[in-house]
Amino acid sequence: MRKIVRLQKAAFDAAAEVAPLVAGLSDIGALVTFTGLCRDEAGSLVALEIEHYPGMAEAEIARVVEEASRRWPLEAVLVIHRHGEIRAGEPIVLVATAAKHRAAAFAGAEFLMDYLKTAAPFWKKARRSDGRGGDWVAAREEDEAAARRWERPRARGES
Amino acid sequence: MKALYFAWVRERVGLPEEEIAPPPSVTTVAELVAWLRGRGENYAVAFADEHAVRAALDRRHVKPEQPIASAKEIAFFPPMTGG
Repeated sequence: MRKIVRLQKAAFDAAAEVAPLVAGLSDIGALVTFTGLCRDEAGSLVALEIEHYPGMAEAEIARVVEEASRRWPLEAVLVIHRHGEIRAGEPIVLVATAAKHRAAAFAGAEFLMDYLKTAAPFWKKARRSDGRGGDWVAAREEDEAAARRWERPRARGES
Repeated sequence: MKALYFAWVRERVGLPEEEIAPPPSVTTVAELVAWLRGRGENYAVAFADEHAVRAALDRRHVKPEQPIASAKEIAFFPPMTGG
């Protein structure tokens, strides 16, 4: 399986990142890409400051990618996650999965995102447009629940 | 061992990381949290709600009952909000 995992401060261009992931792979029938963006919360949020745990963040993403490749027949996986300052409208995270058929690619990408949100050591602090000091974004129970649904023995599209 | 703190745990403790030397009676993550809480007001505030703080031993997520054994690095942080 082809694999690209990267943490970076700089913004990225999803199309430019995905091109080399699938270059020369002629036997894939599905490519799913997901880009997570920084919302401006109806104009109230200027930027997010994303803190991460260097070393563990890379290791945890690698473990999640490994688990995805065990569950689905993926031909290529890409995860890029930014840290540092991310302004409203900018991309935060990019996940791409390629497979022979779409079910594995869709499910693999969704699994990766659900686990990245709840298991990869990143924390968001919001910078507000009214100048108030940053507040830490609280974890959402919906995200925990989304990750938990993959715990059952066989989930959607698994081989 | 090395202790690392992230996000609001780091802000409340007032340090990003430090060397700690817990006594031999401290054998689990939960016992280490209890010991840290006794080190000062900043630690007591950071670890006031034990369910709000997660831990990783040598860069792997662990539960409070996990033995520390010979781990070199322990990290404490709030529930993650990446992605």
